[in-house]
Amino acid sequence: MRFSTLRILLWAAALTASAAFAVANWPSRTPSQPTEMAFVPKFALADAAGGTRKSEEFRGKFQLVFFGFTNCPDVCPTTLSEVAQVMEGLGSDAESVQPIFISVDPERDRRLGLAEYTNAFHPSIIGLAGSEAETEAVARSFKVYFMRNDDKTVPGGYSMSHSPALYLIGPDGDWLRQFSYGTPAAEILADLQSRL
Amino acid sequence: MKALILSVLLAVSAVPTLACETFTLGDLTIEHAWSRATIGADRPGVFYVEITNNGSTDDALIGIATPAAGMPMLHQTVVMDGVATMPHSMSIPVPAGQNVQLAPGSYHGMLTGLTAALKEGNSFPVALTFQNAGEIVVNVEVLSLRAEGPDCEDAN
Repeated sequence: MRFSTLRILLWAAALTASAAFAVANWPSRTPSQPTEMAFVPKFALADAAGGTRKSEEFRGKFQLVFFGFTNCPDVCPTTLSEVAQVMEGLGSDAESVQPIFISVDPERDRRLGLAEYTNAFHPSIIGLAGSEAETEAVARSFKVYFMRNDDKTVPGGYSMSHSPALYLIGPDGDWLRQFSYGTPAAEILADLQSRL
Repeated sequence: MKALILSVLLAVSAVPTLACETFTLGDLTIEHAWSRATIGADRPGVFYVEITNNGSTDDALIGIATPAAGMPMLHQTVVMDGVATMPHSMSIPVPAGQNVQLAPGSYHGMLTGLTAALKEGNSFPVALTFQNAGEIVVNVEVLSLRAEGPDCEDAN
């Protein structure tokens, strides 16, 4: 009996230790899951017209922020289509929500045309593409991950890995939650409507 | 009689859209072949399709070819640890008795080096090569940039 109690204790200790180890070693690239800990992501990035857009100028509005690249054939059009559906579904409340597309491949996206891309999905989407350093700073601020992958089979010889979630930022600039990739537009719309 | 033939032809051409066409190759049924409109020809297009293996032998999609793009490749979107990557797939398994979808967020054909922008309402041929069943050419309908799939009566 004593032996089995000891065994349970040892197992409990081992599990606690491995859990602690897992938490301590959680890859920093993993974007944070929905959490109670509010933080205020910041950005200052060039828009398609070349003007600098800062996070502070969107205070008072909810912001739906997506990180992507315009050469992305699958994930990005799917998510931006959902954003467009959400904006249409909001009707007159749409002016309280600002959708923002932040390029993780800024140099190429500026060259290919950022505005024509975002406009093709919805005219309300603001596309931003800063410098490499600014983009890295924004990703850190949002706690998201992106990386360039060399791949001979894709245009330009590289593709981008990126966090495909949509991030909801509140009117105070607080990070509120993320909608993981593939969340139906109706669910995102219902969440926003409950806050407006 | 002529009128009857004409009306049948009209009915056939009017009802199903191209993306709802079904193709058969041996034990394979291939349907819902569609693509999204692109903005210009500089960005890659995409190719989606649904394949059902009604037979008892496993097969695999091992390649695609199309005059619409210089370098069409099979890719797979993988979302792991909250990060999306798009590795190149050498082949897409089509196991016996199963249905495989090249669909948003999953396997897809990436059409690199488009010869022209893909315009909504147009269509283009894609040749699919299977390990066992061989090759078949399907018509691919270009849907809107915002489409999530064809609207077919039999669509799941």
